[in-house]
Amino acid sequence: MSDLFDVAITVNGILYEREVEPRLLLSDFLRHDLGLTGTHVGCEHGVCGACTILFDGDPVRSCLMFAVQAQGHEVLTVEGLGAIDDLHPIQEAFWEAHGLQCGFCTPGFLTTLVPFLEENPDPSEEEIRDAISGNLCRCTGYKHIVDAVKLAAEKMRA
Amino acid sequence: MKPPPFEYYAPTTVEEAVAHLAEHGYDAKPLAGGQSLIPMMNFRLAQPAILVDLNNIAELSFIRPEDDGGLSIGAMTRHQMVEKDAQVVERAPLINETMPKIATSQIRSRGTFGGSLAHADPSAELVAVSVALDGNFKVVGPQGERWVPANEFFLGLFTSVLEPEELLVEINLPPFPERTGWSLMEIARRPHDFCLIGVVAVLTLDEKDQCQQAKLVYLSAGDGPVEAHQAAELLKGQALTAEAIQAAAETAASADIDPSSDIHATAEFRRHLANVLARRALGEALERAISNTQ
Ligand SMILES: Cc1cc2nc3c(=O)[nH]c(=O)nc-3n(C[C@H](O)[C@H](O)[C@H](O)COP(=O)(O)OP(=O)(O)OC[C@H]3O[C@@H](n4cnc5c(N)ncnc54)[C@H](O)[C@@H]3O)c2cc1C
Ligand code: FES
Ligand code: FES
Repeated sequence: MSDLFDVAITVNGILYEREVEPRLLLSDFLRHDLGLTGTHVGCEHGVCGACTILFDGDPVRSCLMFAVQAQGHEVLTVEGLGAIDDLHPIQEAFWEAHGLQCGFCTPGFLTTLVPFLEENPDPSEEEIRDAISGNLCRCTGYKHIVDAVKLAAEKMRA
Repeated sequence: MKPPPFEYYAPTTVEEAVAHLAEHGYDAKPLAGGQSLIPMMNFRLAQPAILVDLNNIAELSFIRPEDDGGLSIGAMTRHQMVEKDAQVVERAPLINETMPKIATSQIRSRGTFGGSLAHADPSAELVAVSVALDGNFKVVGPQGERWVPANEFFLGLFTSVLEPEELLVEINLPPFPERTGWSLMEIARRPHDFCLIGVVAVLTLDEKDQCQQAKLVYLSAGDGPVEAHQAAELLKGQALTAEAIQAAAETAASADIDPSSDIHATAEFRRHLANVLARRALGEALERAISNTQ
């Protein structure tokens, strides 16, 4: 095993201090070390988007970063978006518009959409499809997801 | 899968980073955005014993306008930052148009301008674009710095002139000449994917609106960026009529490039696309060159 590094990483507003091996992926750090299993792992090569988190506010693939690189940075995962009785408007919209079936892909869609809808409060369908083109869904189909994003935009504008 | 263990260094200066690379030679690799290197490590296609992380080197992230009208971009400047920069829109409109075509927002937030070039992927948009724009690359190693023109930087598939102990630190783009138009056209199965084939055209007109200089550089058409020299030669000094453009596009597709077949497309289909795309790209570059003279 290689040397361990001390890291202090803020995840969903909480500062976590841990020791990590440099090869530990940020996705595995979140899931295994912190028990935040809302971040899903599909492909581990940047293609499926299930592991998307917000890193200092930007959507990134947590499977394409090492946890050691997050030292001193802020991470937001799907767990930090809303609570069961207080959902984020995008979560509400996915629920109401049937934007998910199995839910495997959903955390990645939600985290991708937070900065997108903040920057584009009234996106066209084409812009929505472009924004979610880095997230694969294998069961819902994209029609309901696009509808959910439109509904989410409405809710966030209100 | 997971990457095998490696030693990790996160220097804060270029000098320190180069010292680490010099000490470890072929065992070490620089880590930029990690958007190409980490997938390869996760699949154990790459197993560097030592990673030298460039992400804490602040001096490598900048976009700087030059006095001559050109633009310099630091190697660690993220795709996302280049995409949103007003100086890039003004001084390097072709770069501005290229950025959104590179992968998706979640990759562009980490991937870097220099990483994309150092990786020397023949399908990477910036590789072909940097050749079409006559970019110059600043490389720093233990012996000091050297400048390498883009058309000499790429040696083949994922191979550049960079030695294992050298870093690409800066990319300089000369000023865009007057009466110049540009275009990047590509065909991908899904938007933001690596393309089946693509082409960059840059045309400069003389006072009589004839072609003074033409560049046509293909991506995903060989082991590196492929310049269509014969096609460009056909255009030089000519009036850019639809027939002249058609002839150049046909020459480019049939004589200048040598695409291969894979599960995504046959070589024949790629040649067909190469012809159509060159015609469209030259057409768009011409329109822009004309509107840039008014
Ligand atoms: C799903 C997906 C889709 C993508 N689609 C596209 C696409 O359509 N078009 C496209 O162009 N790219 C695409 N990419 C690649 C992306 O643009 C990468 O960011 C880029 O190719 C590499 O940049 P990086 O900063 O991530 O480099 P890294 O992955 O960190 O490094 C790549 C290589 O370059 C070396 N290196 C990096 N920086 C330097 C330096 N300064 N000096 C010396 N060596 C260096 C590294 O050692 C490594 O060998 C895609 C990536 C993914 C995961
Ligand atoms: S698991 Fe990270 S993109 Fe698929
Ligand atoms: S809801 Fe099942 S993969 Fe998207």
